[in-house]
Amino acid sequence: MATTIAKAAEGGTATAHAARIEHVSKSFAGPAGQQLVLDDITLDVAPGEFVTLLGASGCGKSTLLNLVAGLDKPSAGSISTDGRPALMFQEHALFPWLTAGKNIELALKLRGVPKAERRGRAEELLELVRLHGAYGKRVHELSGGMRQRVALARALAQDSKLLLMDEPFAALDAITRDVLHDELTRIWRETGLSVLFVTHNVREAVRLAQRVVLLSSRPGRIAREWTVGIAHPRRIEDSAVAELSVEITEELRGEIRRHGQH
Amino acid sequence: MASTDTTAKDGTDLAGLEAGLDALDAVTTTRTPLRETLLRKVLPPITAVALVLAVWQLLVWLEVAPSYKLPSPGAVWEEVRTAWLQGTLLDYIWTSVSRGLLGFLFALAIGTPLGLIVARVRFVRAAIGPILSGLQSLPSVAWVPPAVIWLGLNDSMMFAVILLGAVPSIANGLVAGIDQIPPLFLRAGRTLGATGLKGARHIVMPAALPGYLAGLKQGWAFSWRSLMAAEIIASSPDLGVGLGQLLENGRNNASMSQVFLAILLILLVGIAIDLLIFSPLERRVLLSRGLLVKS
Repeated sequence: MATTIAKAAEGGTATAHAARIEHVSKSFAGPAGQQLVLDDITLDVAPGEFVTLLGASGCGKSTLLNLVAGLDKPSAGSISTDGRPALMFQEHALFPWLTAGKNIELALKLRGVPKAERRGRAEELLELVRLHGAYGKRVHELSGGMRQRVALARALAQDSKLLLMDEPFAALDAITRDVLHDELTRIWRETGLSVLFVTHNVREAVRLAQRVVLLSSRPGRIAREWTVGIAHPRRIEDSAVAELSVEITEELRGEIRRHGQH
Repeated sequence: MASTDTTAKDGTDLAGLEAGLDALDAVTTTRTPLRETLLRKVLPPITAVALVLAVWQLLVWLEVAPSYKLPSPGAVWEEVRTAWLQGTLLDYIWTSVSRGLLGFLFALAIGTPLGLIVARVRFVRAAIGPILSGLQSLPSVAWVPPAVIWLGLNDSMMFAVILLGAVPSIANGLVAGIDQIPPLFLRAGRTLGATGLKGARHIVMPAALPGYLAGLKQGWAFSWRSLMAAEIIASSPDLGVGLGQLLENGRNNASMSQVFLAILLILLVGIAIDLLIFSPLERRVLLSRGLLVKS
């Protein structure tokens, strides 16, 4: 909560970024004493910007996302966001006791949207993710891709300026994932959201982002950044996407190799 | 304007692609025909009952035990008929069922907040959690003597015994249900802004519902058992004749067919309440969440 207060105090500068992460470190109590997971991370996400955080296992990318979401507190440094961010998980995290539509309406309700407007707004959001017939469907009646689209609609229902995504497509098959990449790109461009997207998939990172941030592992540090200038619509098989992916993969492999040397 | 063309074309392509994927993934459900339902769900229990009756009649014919120890099915049926014609059969049942259900509702009103507090407040859990689970294994008959001494031979004593039997089950069921909530739901709830009481109402309670219902089902079984124990031990003319008293009266009158009638009715009421209230409720909840595979 301290971060929100800090943000409010800044006033005018609050609109200059969707998220500002300044010198953030995080350590957990492990079997060998305090273990440093994130080390001095400084990262800004501009309004409307799409940033992917890329890293191998143990780079603390999910931890960082949890910190930005406010689910956990940093050990050092500060994080400020423009309002409460929405968060999407690798698992859809839809509530099985509600229908697809009601899941979205719950998000609206908790945000204080009056009852009369909820139904219509939920239908609109389902329309946005192209699931108009799914309002009354139960979660288990939907396919994996449809569930993630409902989860996206529910995240959008929070009307946050920043959408945090924690490997949201990692559990999907390749074809569905590719389609959802297009879908996410379209929605991001239509809504003007800022997105901070965590993944370990280099091609996914390059295909989606304006900026790719590579984290090193144990502890997680920002190793390098790339600006992706490839025009949309992008395809996963585009040669420009492939070229940059090769370069980033080389760097990522270098980071991983360092861990085998000691 | 080549770029807008490609974007538009891309959009319709994507929509079509998505519609195709969704259609391929769609789950189709079919209803089982009535004949098959009867054959698979109704026939087996009827067969089992018929078999029990046949064995029972056979034992009577073989005169395994004298008739004052083992009455024939016909004699028990005669007992049912007499009680029905006298108009007392439904009175027996209603006396006990109304007591049992009212006591169960009390237990529900106490057990639910208790379970919620034990599950969510660490201090309370450490303090009374183990006692609560321990109480579940204490036969509620043990509460009858103190309840009689404290409250006398009246309805409130019956309710006290029911509460002591059912509250721990209901509370423990809810605690188990809450403990089994996937942490992801709680995290998702928190990012949506469901914290504190809002979290309890919109996330914790609905997520714990399957475990809670299992606790309710068990709570009812404990209510019913406790009540029967109380009725058998503490009979008094002021209390009216419930099924427990009927059983005890049968023993006193050395009427084994009445004893059998009482046992049969106690069993039937237990099954009926479960079949009419709890099973459909549980089934509905599990089906709607995709936790039950239609067989």
